[in-house]
Amino acid sequence: MLNALLSGDLPRSRGLTLILLAILVGLAFAPFLFPGTRSLNTAATICVFIVLVASYDLLLGYTGVVSFAHTMFYGIGAYGVAIMLELWPASWGGILLGSLAGLAVSIALAFVIALFSLRVRAIFFAMVTLAVSSAFMILASQLSGLTGGEDGLSYRVPRELGPAFKLIDTEILGVKVDGRLLNYYLVFLASAGLVLLLLRFVNAPFGRVLQAIRENTFRAEAIGYRTVIYRTIAVCLSAGVASLAGSLMAIWLKYTGPDTTLSLTIMIDILLMLVIGGMGSIYGAVLGATLFILARNYLQNLMDIGASALGDLPLLPALIDPDRWLLWLGVLFILSVYFFPSGIVGRLRAGR
Amino acid sequence: MPEPLLRLEGVHTHIGQYHILQGVDLDVPAGGLTMLLGRNGAGKTTTLRSIMGLWNPSQGRVVFDGTEIGGMGTADIARLGLAYVPENMGLFGNLTVQENMVLAARKGPMDNARLDWIFELFPALKKFWRLPAGNLSGGQKQMLAIARAISEPRRLLLIDEPTKGLAPSIVEALIEAFLDLKRSETTILLVEQNFRMACAVGDSVAVMDDGQIVHTGAMSELAENEALQQRLLGLSLDTHQ
Amino acid sequence: MTDQTASQTETAAPRAPLSERFGKWVPYLLVPVFLILGYLLIGSGPTWATLTLAGLAMGMMIFVMASGLTLVFGLMDILNFGHGAFISIGAFVGATVLLSAGGWTGADSVLLNLGAVLPAMLAAMMVAGGLGYVFERVIVRPVYGAHLKQILVTMGGLIVAEELIRLIWGPDAIPLPRPEAFTGAWIFGMVAIEKYRVYSVILGLIIFLALLWVLGRTRTGLLIRAGVENGEMVEALGYRIRLIFILVFVAGSALAGLGGVMWGLYEQIITAQMGLDVLVLVFIVVIIGGLGSVHGCFIGALLVGLLANYTGYLMPKLALGSNILLMVAVLMWRPQGLLPINKQ
Ligand SMILES: Nc1ncnc2c1ncn2[C@@H]1O[C@H](COP(=O)(O)OP(=O)(O)OP(=O)(O)O)[C@@H](O)[C@H]1O
Ligand SMILES: [Mg+2]
Repeated sequence: MLNALLSGDLPRSRGLTLILLAILVGLAFAPFLFPGTRSLNTAATICVFIVLVASYDLLLGYTGVVSFAHTMFYGIGAYGVAIMLELWPASWGGILLGSLAGLAVSIALAFVIALFSLRVRAIFFAMVTLAVSSAFMILASQLSGLTGGEDGLSYRVPRELGPAFKLIDTEILGVKVDGRLLNYYLVFLASAGLVLLLLRFVNAPFGRVLQAIRENTFRAEAIGYRTVIYRTIAVCLSAGVASLAGSLMAIWLKYTGPDTTLSLTIMIDILLMLVIGGMGSIYGAVLGATLFILARNYLQNLMDIGASALGDLPLLPALIDPDRWLLWLGVLFILSVYFFPSGIVGRLRAGR
Repeated sequence: MPEPLLRLEGVHTHIGQYHILQGVDLDVPAGGLTMLLGRNGAGKTTTLRSIMGLWNPSQGRVVFDGTEIGGMGTADIARLGLAYVPENMGLFGNLTVQENMVLAARKGPMDNARLDWIFELFPALKKFWRLPAGNLSGGQKQMLAIARAISEPRRLLLIDEPTKGLAPSIVEALIEAFLDLKRSETTILLVEQNFRMACAVGDSVAVMDDGQIVHTGAMSELAENEALQQRLLGLSLDTHQ
Repeated sequence: MTDQTASQTETAAPRAPLSERFGKWVPYLLVPVFLILGYLLIGSGPTWATLTLAGLAMGMMIFVMASGLTLVFGLMDILNFGHGAFISIGAFVGATVLLSAGGWTGADSVLLNLGAVLPAMLAAMMVAGGLGYVFERVIVRPVYGAHLKQILVTMGGLIVAEELIRLIWGPDAIPLPRPEAFTGAWIFGMVAIEKYRVYSVILGLIIFLALLWVLGRTRTGLLIRAGVENGEMVEALGYRIRLIFILVFVAGSALAGLGGVMWGLYEQIITAQMGLDVLVLVFIVVIIGGLGSVHGCFIGALLVGLLANYTGYLMPKLALGSNILLMVAVLMWRPQGLLPINKQ
């Protein structure tokens, strides 16, 4: 049963199993284990990013293709929902239509990009996606009539998903059963479903072919055309899932703007999460996203404290200032690519 | 028996996960032309590339004139006086014939006597001196590739299937050129599929199969022994021509 | 016998078929075609002249930044996202020199102005080149031959470099006024010719011609071109391709630094992420031109610069996407870019 649910791809390491279980339990009971708005927000963000990073893993880890447009697809999904909820406030139809529209646009765009760039050489893809996504980002901020420009869009979600809605009057374990709780479980269950779906894909024959292509691109490219088709499918699939993750985020945040969806910073975050967690394994995405978001939310406070504690020493406080977060992550990123290309998951599995 | 100029002892080469050379032992005596024969995929090209350091042998010794060259960089190996003409000729197609030759003469401008000698061997090169090498015909390309290898006096030439895809008349011209080269005392290790050419120019011969040397001897001996040819190379009379 | 075969080979046709020879020149014709189309669509001579100059200037600057990247790719098959870092660093170093030159930039003397700008450009090139050397050793060398890791690691290098710029020069954009002699325009009747653009075009042309001279006339240049085609064979001829590669990498980084200063003076403001922003244009140019081709890179840069300025005037809404559309169109026509290098 469990085997079937995980598509036969078991964690294969005791440590990894324990950590994954902890994450699963933590997220599944987050509203009860960690009450409070900030914690719930962190939990929901983790859920969405697990999906986002796992879908990116389908590209980077399983297919061996680097894309810098993943946040673009994420953003398309988010803006789809945002724009539709702007048109039909607080409607379920808006959510459904927005998600589907985002999905369709993402897949179509991914298809075109893949077709043009993968046809020649896989590395074109990295350059082309960077170009397209940066153009898209500028476009989104210029079409302010549609997207709200730099300010983004704030909108209302259906009443059932807001704090004003009470499902039952009694509290469970001291937690109110309100729309916000429902919203969280919508995000959680949808994310869990998408992750299981991705697991299914990568463990199907399709996923094996992708890995074979990645292992021996030279041979695969010599065979020619089929490589492009397989990779194109993977690109479309990954874009579609990213788009759905964006829709989930839009529903949860009730706000969509360039900084929360399209920015290159998020793209870099995704790369970091995946490389640190472990490329080529969906579990790596789960681990990477969880650790990274926890660290970002809580470690930056620590850096802040550290920086002020060091007072007016030269340079040192500047180096551990929270603004230097990205500097250290960049260094960590380079080091992990060199020394732990299979990330934490690879380490855990090797050391079992 | 004098020390050979080049000696391979138990050389193993892996390409990726494939174990291609499985203990090659080969002696190339100084001053002669040694033929390296074998079926397609036997490992002849891999042997030449392992000598040049383009693949790194995982085991065994490659000794050139007393120096162990296994594991050295390709450029350093070349500087010892080895020249390599790969199967695909390795010309710089965007560069002119002249520029190809200029680069091949690493130590400086070629002296005129040598250039004249090369032009005598391959007159076509003189005619198309300023044309991009990519525009030459197949046979002319092959000639340029060999000319490049002898642009300076070298101690050992490694030449991989120079007659591949060439018309019989051009093969004849190449045979003449090789006979001329031999008179210049250059040591040559030549990979060939064309058995007639091998018989015409070879002094000694080594036959490979499945990543190992399975026969060594004099070329004339193999040329006369049809049963041996049949066994080693799968040759029969009608494929000779 | 020999004579007969020799004469036979001599008569063999060594020339490529006509269509192929002609096809080689088609990409060069694209630039005049763009100029004419632009003129027809814009309709007004003076406007067209201004836009064309702006486009050429932009194109030249992009070319200066892209030439190194395309050669590095051609030579070692390395896609260096860190190239953007050299652009930013060059701009910041150049700006530091310019801003500390104090009165010289403001003085109404071409000589004094040049006395500030030339050192700024030299400093930018030296620092960017030096950084390129370090970058090659520390970041790039361990990942030769692994494309995926290269992209990730060089991107990581770009992030770290950007952050270091923020650490050293602060997080805010720095305004960079042009020296006196480079501001303003010459007026010819209806046409205003901006001085800085003219100088940019001249400098870009000088660099292009110098590059062509090096690549076509010097032994090092021949080796670079040979290495782009077949690096293994260059080694087999006894040259250490690593040295050639380091040389190209450092020179390319220095040119990127120079381009950074030029771009900074063009925009009159510099930011830490400008390198990444420009890198997008650089990539488009490199793809359009054909990876590894300096000629292609030059044509691609001019096309991108002209198109950006023409569409910016004709259809401002489309200006952004125009370069991407151009790239798609070129890839549809020639999947390897305008002037691809035939690798062996
Ligand atoms: N780059 C490579 N990757 C994997 N296998 C290779 C590679 N190059 C050669 N091989 C394998 O090594 C074996 C020997 O190849 P090699 O080119 O040395 O043969 P050869 O004797 O030169 O054949 P031919 O007469 O066809 O040129 C072959 O089975 C070939 O498939
Ligand atoms: Mg061979």
